Amino acid sequence: MTKDPRDQRLRTATAPVNLDLLTIDAARSAVQERKTSAAALAESFYAKIESDDPKIGAFLTLSKERAMAKAAEMDALAGRGEKLPPLGGVPVAIKDVMVTKGIRTTAGSKILGNYVPPYDCTAVARLEAAGAVVLGKLNCDEFAMGSSNENSAWKPVHNPRDLTRVPGGSSGGSAAAVAADMAVATLGSDTGGSIRQPASFCGVVGTMPTYGRVSRYGLIAFASSLDHIGPLTKTVKDAAIMLRTIAGRDPMDSTSADVPVPDYVAELEKPVRGLKIGVAKEYLGEGLDKEVRSAIEAAIQKLAQQGCEIVEVSLPHTKYAIPTYYIVATAEASSNLARFDGVRYGYRAKDAHTLSEMYRRSRDQAFGAEVKRRIMLGTYALSAGYYDAYYLKAQKVRTLLTRDFEEAFKRVDAIVAPVSPTAAFKLGEKVDDPLAMYLADIYTVTADLAGIPGISVPCGQTKEKLPIGLQILGRHFDESTILRVAQASEKAA
Amino acid sequence: MKVTEKDVAYVADLGNLELTAEERTRMVRDLNSILGHIDSLNELDTTNVQPMAQVSDRYGVDQSKQGSERFAYASREDVHEGLRKSLPHDVALANAPDPDGTFFKVPKVIER
Repeated sequence: MTKDPRDQRLRTATAPVNLDLLTIDAARSAVQERKTSAAALAESFYAKIESDDPKIGAFLTLSKERAMAKAAEMDALAGRGEKLPPLGGVPVAIKDVMVTKGIRTTAGSKILGNYVPPYDCTAVARLEAAGAVVLGKLNCDEFAMGSSNENSAWKPVHNPRDLTRVPGGSSGGSAAAVAADMAVATLGSDTGGSIRQPASFCGVVGTMPTYGRVSRYGLIAFASSLDHIGPLTKTVKDAAIMLRTIAGRDPMDSTSADVPVPDYVAELEKPVRGLKIGVAKEYLGEGLDKEVRSAIEAAIQKLAQQGCEIVEVSLPHTKYAIPTYYIVATAEASSNLARFDGVRYGYRAKDAHTLSEMYRRSRDQAFGAEVKRRIMLGTYALSAGYYDAYYLKAQKVRTLLTRDFEEAFKRVDAIVAPVSPTAAFKLGEKVDDPLAMYLADIYTVTADLAGIPGISVPCGQTKEKLPIGLQILGRHFDESTILRVAQASEKAA
Repeated sequence: MKVTEKDVAYVADLGNLELTAEERTRMVRDLNSILGHIDSLNELDTTNVQPMAQVSDRYGVDQSKQGSERFAYASREDVHEGLRKSLPHDVALANAPDPDGTFFKVPKVIER
């Protein structure tokens, strides 16, 4: 193995621990070797959140009591000289669409402003079982609907690399917290690009596993056939550690797949030489920013230099991905969001005299503009007379989009592409034009529709020093290969 | 297909939304802009293409089976013993806007 050039930058922990670029292994070993305590480490992160987060806006709720209890548990283990679990004492944070028992969970929406869940999301429970210290809950677009984090009901998130710009969305807080070293790693969710695009905008690694690889139990539903939980991390190796921890069949989610989970960390050791890497011409066409294009082309070149064989592939239905996605996703959302009625939990309008009035006013007053737009679009697409023209049609085109990938993966092991047509845009730039915002998801939505895994890894920056991400897409359940390719790209960047 | 103010009012009704006059005007504009783009799907002939509702349609299914039998892997026999307990009553009511200790209270359902 060649030495990872980032290892020199990723400081090994010495007391006091420097939080900048601290990785999972460095944090865990510092606690294991008693160079610091898990409690002191968590306190350092809380101090950093207190000083830096007011200008970024990544956190919505802190869970200090729960964090310090877990930290004490890990310190006791380390004190007895016992081996810490893989995330022992590692401070993480969770997108606010994953429920956490006893800790307010809002999904970025006023309608869940006071919601305190009675149970834990499986992915969060698995991180904690592996020793992770959950610092708090992260800002996001309302119900994960958005590409800029400007749809949060609470506050926008500012991109740590340039505070005048968006962090991407909808997992904007998850990406910003990692980029600003306010957590070692975070969890996000991806329905149309919501892990990969903010990772790209903030210069971190964002991994969307195969649909069904990670349980959705406890993930507040946006579009059930498209929703994925995945990690945002500083390095590809950290992504492998996080994914290994949260992946695998969960009896609480019948769509979670009973497919063996490989040791993603060990798999990283395999060489990339000889892998066939596809480049789809449809992903490098019109609308792609010049600087992003040249960064992607340079990254492809570097993979070729490491012995990958670059093969041109075609994904001919790509231009139909956005219309397909915005029918399927909104149709499912309109159905999922019907549960918010002001009866069992969440916001209830005060002034209603009948049941029907209460439903309407509660939803009217507590849903934001984008959520209403999607409920309307989805309801329209499912309504009598339009179902065949819109919903059924989109489901059929989803088949065509998925076949495109299946054909391509007969010839290649992975496909590389941009994540987003541009680097991070300015706050406010696209808020008044929903269609323009939707169209910017062009390179990410297809993977969600097809259920294949994808990862965004930093591969360069623009002249204005804004990060650019390289997207790597793989076969169903083959996260190992895309993680390997991502690591090769990370080393060369 | 053009969405009108009347369509917006009808769909809002189906979706249990009221929307202000201003919101309705904006919704007409936004839906038409988005649906205009979505109409490009009609360029594709999908006569012999099967619809895809679930990613798991593509794996783990017995392709020789029809209908819901294809997804047999996702279901199981009913279990009557060793069930997980449901939420205790007080926990289930804890987030309710207007509980009375036993029930979720709501405004009058039937008008006299």
